[in-house]
Amino acid sequence: MTTRWFGDRVPRNEDQRLLTGQGRFVDDISPSNALHAAVLRSPVGHARLLRIDTAAARALPGVEAVWTAEDLGDALRPSPLVVPHDSLTHGRTQYPLATDSVEYVGQPIAFVVAADRYVAEDACDLIEVEYEALPAVVDLEAAVAPDAPLVHPDVPENVAAHLVQSVGNVEEAFRRADHVIEERLVLERGAGQPMECRAVTALFDPVEEVLTVYDTTQAPLSIRNGLAVLLGLSENQVRVVAPDVGGGFGVKIMMFYAEEVLVPLAAVRLGRPVKWTEDRREHLIASNHERGQIHWASLAATNEGVILGVSDRFLHDTGAYTPYGIIVPIITATQLPGPYRVPNYHSDATVVYTNKVPVTPYRGAGRPHACFVMERLMDRLADRLDIDRVEIRRRNFIQPHEFPWDVGLTFQDGRPTRYDSGNYPEGLDRLLEALDYEGFRREQAEARLAGRRLGIGIAAYVEGTGIGPYEGAHVRIDGTAKRVVVSTCVGTQGQGHETAFAQIVADELGVEPSEVRITTGDSRAMNWGSGTYASRSAVVTGNAIGAAARVVRQKAQSVASGLFEASPDDIELEWGRVGVKGSPQHSLSLWDVAVVANPIRYAYGDQASEAMQLMKTRDGAALESGEAPGLEAREYFAPDRATWASGAHGAIVEVDADTGSPVILRYVAVHDCGRVINPTIVEGQIHGGVAQGIGGSFYERLVFDEEAQPLSSTFMDYLIPTSMEVPDIETVHVETPSTLNPLGIKGAGEAGVIPVAAVMASALEDALSEYDVRVNQMPLSPSDIRDLIRLGTDVIGSQPG
Amino acid sequence: MTEIRCIQVAINEQPQTAEVPTRMLLSDFLRYTVGLTGTHVGCEHGVCGCCTVLLNGDAVRSCLLFAVQADGAEVTTVESLTREGSLHPLQAAFRQEHALQCGFCTAGFLMTLIPFLRENPRPSASEIREAVSGNLCRCTGYVNIIRAVQSYVALSRNSP
Repeated sequence: MTTRWFGDRVPRNEDQRLLTGQGRFVDDISPSNALHAAVLRSPVGHARLLRIDTAAARALPGVEAVWTAEDLGDALRPSPLVVPHDSLTHGRTQYPLATDSVEYVGQPIAFVVAADRYVAEDACDLIEVEYEALPAVVDLEAAVAPDAPLVHPDVPENVAAHLVQSVGNVEEAFRRADHVIEERLVLERGAGQPMECRAVTALFDPVEEVLTVYDTTQAPLSIRNGLAVLLGLSENQVRVVAPDVGGGFGVKIMMFYAEEVLVPLAAVRLGRPVKWTEDRREHLIASNHERGQIHWASLAATNEGVILGVSDRFLHDTGAYTPYGIIVPIITATQLPGPYRVPNYHSDATVVYTNKVPVTPYRGAGRPHACFVMERLMDRLADRLDIDRVEIRRRNFIQPHEFPWDVGLTFQDGRPTRYDSGNYPEGLDRLLEALDYEGFRREQAEARLAGRRLGIGIAAYVEGTGIGPYEGAHVRIDGTAKRVVVSTCVGTQGQGHETAFAQIVADELGVEPSEVRITTGDSRAMNWGSGTYASRSAVVTGNAIGAAARVVRQKAQSVASGLFEASPDDIELEWGRVGVKGSPQHSLSLWDVAVVANPIRYAYGDQASEAMQLMKTRDGAALESGEAPGLEAREYFAPDRATWASGAHGAIVEVDADTGSPVILRYVAVHDCGRVINPTIVEGQIHGGVAQGIGGSFYERLVFDEEAQPLSSTFMDYLIPTSMEVPDIETVHVETPSTLNPLGIKGAGEAGVIPVAAVMASALEDALSEYDVRVNQMPLSPSDIRDLIRLGTDVIGSQPG
Repeated sequence: MTEIRCIQVAINEQPQTAEVPTRMLLSDFLRYTVGLTGTHVGCEHGVCGCCTVLLNGDAVRSCLLFAVQADGAEVTTVESLTREGSLHPLQAAFRQEHALQCGFCTAGFLMTLIPFLRENPRPSASEIREAVSGNLCRCTGYVNIIRAVQSYVALSRNSP
């Protein structure tokens, strides 16, 4: 493979249509004669449903159907528990519509289908529901108190799972420690909030007996397979397409959201297309959330600042259900040791039900929590020993010669947590160089004299990316269209798959990325695979595409070797031509070779016909046993285990001590995702992740009152950072190739967000050192920061438990 | 039932006459009745800016207006920016600087920037930041959006 395109800043193939308003998002698809759906959601956090009266709604002109749970027939089944785990002893998933009770505000109770959305919402208003209020479980610590009310009457103590993992002997390590640090650390609830809300449009073709579902999902094949089972159809009768999707960040992967069952069911039953698009209020209250953990963490170290052990007990708020098992807390528990040598480690996670919308992965997926905890402990250790916060990290980093590094834990994919490669000291060095760490200390001192409070924060992280089980790709040369056509099932939500994947193909086949057409997210285009999550698409799908393109190249070489009577090894693919090395007169375009590779004896088009003249008549059968016509291949890639990306971020923050207002003056992200396919795209991923991390540090907070009523149900309350809050973000690439895949790639999608809260906490403490401020929770609003300045301790004021 | 009214509106310089329910949002009218789906709806409460279009040349949130309020007006959407298949220089700058990822918010940014840059063709970085501060983007962290506008401004300064 040449690497003309791999590593290049290729502008994106997908941009033309997205810039000109020609993108195709789910809500842009309006089949003629379509009906529109709306969902009646619970306005209360916890209640028994005594009576639902839909008569008035059914009688409204324009209403085609009003369903409650009892109308769903065979489709009334709890959604599957996607990732079972031995520790998940009390997993619960929900029905598409509530049956006897509701467990969170926003839970679907009734489903209306009408002539348009306006009428459908009118009908929702006409449905009468009688509730018998039940006590709500809101606060995470109160939820596990002995006298707490129960979210599910058959789940004692509201505990869904208890997960314990250990390495070495943590008790012994703490016994011989010179220093023990103990902290209570909190990350509050937050959510992904892609700009496009969720949407589903379904149509059933009674002639072909095929159900087509356009869905904003990140995992169209999983939805396809699930829907086929649920609706009693064969997999071939269900086509799920995730077209252009307006951001995902994890929240758009679920099996199932209620509407992903109800809309297709309505299309089949009513015999008309049905369309549903979530509004932002629905998305804020009823689509899944994340974050939400309380940790009691302790660290044992020597006088020299060498870590002897870490012990962490934490509560994880899973909301009212566990549709995604305990993936988030597993990731927190296994990634907490981060880039450091932690010879003895004990993690004790309790997964707790509350009367809130369920928690499933959001960009970072448990990692920001883990990084926040570990990095806070490292800063505390540095302060205790009066060692620089940079130096304490250097003393504990896993060194480049120590890979593969076995953490000794079991990761989310059930495989060992074993780092394949990395260079953590170099990442830190590059960060300090970019920040001018020493120079900043002088600047800080001068600013302090002028009454300005500047602080610097740094944090390091690792990220397990690119997990299995596998992904597949189909690559075909379309000689007629003069295009390479690639299909894969993973959906795309803005990550630039149509370009990065094309770059991989372009290098293998000697064409330009613009000549490669990538189809993602269409279950009809690729029948096997999993989805876009866990920073895995570039790693797993990218390598599958690379493998398929390699096979196509070999086929092209084989065909051309016959045409030109040369050895296949002497055939090269360059600039769209296939020919004999050093003999330009013996070459054909790749498109013509594709035509010739199909021995049907006739070809349409002058060039192709000319190419056919070159074909030798073969004695015997046109295809030998095992030989296939055309230039195409389908290949799969199944990684052995996760490949570990890493990075170090730093920021310089100014705090106004009078208002508590933070301003980020500089932000530098050094990251290592192995070999970089397209630096511009990777930088964009980092920028977006950092912005979300800034939101999670200072602005984004999902607040619930004591009755579990969400108070952040508009963008006036849940504050997404704007261009005024996010600074210019500087990026630095370090590349230590993965040893676990042929292209040497590690995932990059989630990395940006992981260390941000830890960086900001560190910077705040540095800026406000004269007040001896201790930051133990995120997010912090300006008034929280003011409280810190006044009280000098963490806002909650609790001591480690 | 909701009242129906007849409106006349020029959309991207094309005069249109339509009967619309009085409660229909301008954004829904553009997307579902006229079929111009380049204008997106991100929050339906006027905060995110995805649905920004021009009403008589000024940037407005089409989710905060009823279609009947556009009666007699000129509405301009993102679809008007491309002439004969070639990108508007601002669109080209967005592509060059990777100022869009999922592309859902992009039309709103472009339609906010078009009148801003007409009024202020030489903005500073902080003026650009302020100009787009009413548009939310969840993918880019705004970094490359600001760079794209700067690059567009630099290019248009160099051109006669």
